[in-house]
Amino acid sequence: MDVILFLAFAAFAVVCGINVVLQSHPISSALSLIGVMGSLAVLYLLLGAEFIAAAQLIVYAGAIMVLFLFVIMLLNAGSEAKRGRSLLVQFMGVPVMVSLLGLLSYFVLRLFPAAPPVRFGNFRGGSPRSFGEVLFTQYLLPFEVTSVLILIAIIGAVVLARKEID
Amino acid sequence: MEFFIISLIKAGIVAFVLLTTLAYLQWVERKVIAHIQLRMGPSRVGPHGLLQPLADVIKLITKEDLLPPHVNKFFYLLAPFLAVTMALLSISVIPFGPEIEVFGYNTWMQLTDLNIGVLFILAISSMGVYGVALAGWASNNKYALLGAMRSAAQMISYELPMALAIAAPLLLVNTLSLREIVEAQSGYAFGFLPHWTIFQAPFPQFFSFIIFLIAGFAETNRIPFDLPEAENELVAGFHTEYSSMKFASFFMAEYANMITVASITVILFLGGWHPLAPGLAGDLIPPAIFALGGLVCLYHGLHPARGKDRYTLPVFGLIFLGVAAVLLIPALKAIVLPLFWFAAKTGALLFTFIWVRGTLPRFRYDQLMGFAWKFLFPVAILNLLVTGFMVALV
Amino acid sequence: MTGVPLSWYLVLSAILFALGVAGFLFRRNIITLFMSIELMLNAVNLSFVSFSYQWAQVNGHIFTFFVMVVAAAEAAVGLAIILTVFKNRQTLNVDDVNSMKY
Repeated sequence: MDVILFLAFAAFAVVCGINVVLQSHPISSALSLIGVMGSLAVLYLLLGAEFIAAAQLIVYAGAIMVLFLFVIMLLNAGSEAKRGRSLLVQFMGVPVMVSLLGLLSYFVLRLFPAAPPVRFGNFRGGSPRSFGEVLFTQYLLPFEVTSVLILIAIIGAVVLARKEID
Repeated sequence: MEFFIISLIKAGIVAFVLLTTLAYLQWVERKVIAHIQLRMGPSRVGPHGLLQPLADVIKLITKEDLLPPHVNKFFYLLAPFLAVTMALLSISVIPFGPEIEVFGYNTWMQLTDLNIGVLFILAISSMGVYGVALAGWASNNKYALLGAMRSAAQMISYELPMALAIAAPLLLVNTLSLREIVEAQSGYAFGFLPHWTIFQAPFPQFFSFIIFLIAGFAETNRIPFDLPEAENELVAGFHTEYSSMKFASFFMAEYANMITVASITVILFLGGWHPLAPGLAGDLIPPAIFALGGLVCLYHGLHPARGKDRYTLPVFGLIFLGVAAVLLIPALKAIVLPLFWFAAKTGALLFTFIWVRGTLPRFRYDQLMGFAWKFLFPVAILNLLVTGFMVALV
Repeated sequence: MTGVPLSWYLVLSAILFALGVAGFLFRRNIITLFMSIELMLNAVNLSFVSFSYQWAQVNGHIFTFFVMVVAAAEAAVGLAIILTVFKNRQTLNVDDVNSMKY
């Protein structure tokens, strides 16, 4: 059951990922990216990370991607015009990437020490309670620093996107 | 194995009840708004217009299903699907009652209990924004795009005060699972005051309730926040180019969102399926209400104001008395009474939604957004701070 | 019922990261570049969570949380910059923003 779920959602994630790169209209890329994030949320659930799965849907897929969608619709970005690519890139691009990927995968599968297989429900430490216990005690300083970071980002975004008062 | 069968049966029951409630919620809304405006509402199709939702469904199904040539086909067809899916998905974690025993099987009156139930609801409502935004963009129509952008911006702006208003009672109940939130509100203080979050020491969550309700009005695009789909401003907002079943999907999604917001309010603030008074008094209130309603109907049925009520009012009276009798059966009490309390509280909130729709004018868009960011968000933060202080210091 | 070997999750993360890099290098639309960066960040998040499962600790989740927060801040500021660039250059093609090139 775990294998079926993993394969289904991993395949969906890879197909959506390829779609993000290949689609010419930014909105199709954005929707494919939302598909990737959704399937990754399911994979996080399989790995026992329930809080992170919910945060992924709320923050990433529900807020950041909406922001992307807004900007695309606001700028009325049309389909990207195809510029000419050199012959080398056209013929060697995909095979080089696939071989790089194969090399990476080989090293990962070969050198990675044997780990217990991932079963849904094996890892119980991803609940909001255990997450909060570590976040607010051991990682309190990074937490406070990231809140200042978000404040700076808000101020920066508001200043940059403001209409000039002439 | 039997777990799957029981879950399937529960899912079927919930789906059936939900879809019927959606249809009749529309009937209730039209009748209530009509009576607020001193007219009668649907009264021709069936007694008191009760078959009007059926007529509407038949009309919507048999209408011509247009696919305008100028729309972006994939997103045009995806948008209502997303809207309806997200709206109906959030019903799956709502607890309708306690653990019951049916034909020897122990099961909870809830489809599934996640220990991140509240976060799940928030996540699904964040994803519901996409149905609206995509519908407007795919329609290739400037009114639809404007309406969709306004609606999406409104929905994500009001998600913030909503999340903060949800966080405040969570400080009191210490859990994110919806079932445990309801269980933490059992019991009665001083013997008669229910232990609901809205009355709970150390800090009664009255302000959170108000903030959540206001944010809920805005999330579901109801008056006074319904400028994005106002008929006299924007043709029909983001569903201008939709007809027949796809339009019905958006309609269903709006009412399902309304039911979800009302249910979550009841669970977080009003004690879920717990009765109003302890012990026997609480068990006798529902049959008393129905019996009273039945007797009133029968009395008015003897001297009806309108001729056709001579036949309908006695029938309603007898139906209410029958329901009161069913509520008194001790064998069914454990199943039916919590359902009654949950339905009564949710129904009262839905009536408030409809009441507000019939009474208030709508906000202008800049007033709406200013209200969210400049008033409701700081008040929600302040409320969370005060709740945190009271919980930590008391 | 057997489980899924953890290395499969890491291979998936590598695939998504490689796709993100490919999108970043080959696409010319600024917004699509940005989305490729988000894809790379998501792939890294999956790696973090997988390793957190392996060591049965929650610290990996904390890192993922911080990556998400930083990605949100970066998306906000980056999109504001894109809006400003569009206002001044009227183009979303990253090759056309080259007035400071040699």
